[in-house]
Amino acid sequence: MRARIPGVDAAARSDLAVLLPSRARDRAPGRPGDLAFSRWLGSTAPWRLVLVVALVAAWPFAAAAQSGFTMGHAFEALWRWLPFLVTKGFAMNVVISFLTMAIGTAGGVVLGLWQVSPSAAARRVAWALTQAFRNSPWLVLLFIVMLTFPFQVEVGSTVIFIPDWTKAVFGLSLPVMANLSEVVRGAVQSVPTGQWEAAESLAFSRRQILWRIVLPQCFKRMVPPWMNWYAILTMATPLVSLLGVEELVTLSRQAMEAEDNHPELLVPFFGFALVIFFAYCYPIARWTIALERRFAVKL
Amino acid sequence: MSSREATMNGPDWDPSQPIVSIRDVYKSFGELEVLRGVSFEVMKGEVVCIIGPSGSGKSTLIRCVNALNSIDSGSIRVEGQEVHDPDLDKLELRRKVGMVFQQYNLFPHKTAIENVMMAPVLVLKEPKGEVEARARALIRKVRLEGKEDSFPGELSGGQQQRVAIARSLAMRPDIMLFDEITAALDPETVKEVLVTIRELAEEGMTCILVTHEMGFARELANHIYFTDRGVIVEHGPPATFFTEAKDPRTREFLSQIL
Repeated sequence: MRARIPGVDAAARSDLAVLLPSRARDRAPGRPGDLAFSRWLGSTAPWRLVLVVALVAAWPFAAAAQSGFTMGHAFEALWRWLPFLVTKGFAMNVVISFLTMAIGTAGGVVLGLWQVSPSAAARRVAWALTQAFRNSPWLVLLFIVMLTFPFQVEVGSTVIFIPDWTKAVFGLSLPVMANLSEVVRGAVQSVPTGQWEAAESLAFSRRQILWRIVLPQCFKRMVPPWMNWYAILTMATPLVSLLGVEELVTLSRQAMEAEDNHPELLVPFFGFALVIFFAYCYPIARWTIALERRFAVKL
Repeated sequence: MSSREATMNGPDWDPSQPIVSIRDVYKSFGELEVLRGVSFEVMKGEVVCIIGPSGSGKSTLIRCVNALNSIDSGSIRVEGQEVHDPDLDKLELRRKVGMVFQQYNLFPHKTAIENVMMAPVLVLKEPKGEVEARARALIRKVRLEGKEDSFPGELSGGQQQRVAIARSLAMRPDIMLFDEITAALDPETVKEVLVTIRELAEEGMTCILVTHEMGFARELANHIYFTDRGVIVEHGPPATFFTEAKDPRTREFLSQIL
């Protein structure tokens, strides 16, 4: 039998610091590599991002000058539509992201705790669900939910319509749930086994150990990856425009249609969508990194 | 108090019988045989020290007493109650058996006094005020007055270990298990922890210690067991154990450590 090396082949069973080989450390529980997005976004200097946006915006100006409908007209149109796009469009993206995150978090906590359950059956089911939804394209999950779920239910004689955005929330919450399930599992497993043993020897029940001793210790560790997934989710909400849900991108396209679909409208309208998403997510990314740094020292 | 003791005791245990009785215990981790037929008995109020080279199964043995590890075969009885029983109420057993670990394992998100109070409040459901008074007395007893509101991270190793002892005592156990509790401490702080253990022993607490502190074992133990490769090689009261060891393995170990 090949010797199993704790910390490499299996979870470390020691309170002592264990020096892991670099490859194993990337995969070690409790150090999710999925902060990569926040790290990338948060570590980019603001001026560099502004520069990229400015360059992209400047390029079509030359082409625009040739037609009667100028970029000036296009920006004027954007200005007229702006309040509508923010209050009816982007607000919807935020609502979808909030509700999705709430459902995804609730589901992720349940699945994540099942993944560390003493019952082998619960562990297997939770693992399978987690892997299935973690490794599926979000858009495909959305299509499946949107097209297979009924758009109305009849209760007796009354017909209740299910708005498509609620189905979108459900569809998006599946991958979020699966990814948060992994965050919870990793965090729980990052608490040293000595904590479990000490609590067990004091006659705490498993439920008490989890809620009173283990989760309070790893809660902080879960916050940065949780916020990272929130930023990723928010950025993914425009996907639901492909399914006709009325949010920022859907309404931007409708507004451009109302303005006779001049190609000059594309840059101001979609540029605005980029800017408003960036303005919303960049502070979250910076905050995530700041929290991660603070909690890292505390350990 | 007396009614609690009556319900917590095993069905047919009377205090003149051994409080812990270990018979022919075998335990393997995969292909590694850790315990190969260990038997011994501890009477109420006795202090028993288990010594031996590392990897000889001493820690595993005491972890089996409060069912942190299961055993493969044999019998472990605590106050007449069989531990090696699939229907065992582990939580009931662990209320009677306290344990202190080498790495202290205090709950880092709770202060010293909260660490001590947690189990009586949450497990025994005792009133908070009563538990707090007892916890303060225990913290005084381990000489940590003034450290009640410190977090484990703010305490030295020796102080943390004494909080861990107070935390176990707060459950009013009948038996205390100590698993190499001074092994992670520097020599100056070892003493303060051993003083606490000595007081406990003098009060009549039944103690089973896995230890490398030979001087301590000689002074306090009623009985010393020497284990090697999963079996008890030699045992006896300290007066004879240290001077009249017969087995060559015991003599070699003692010559290295004394």
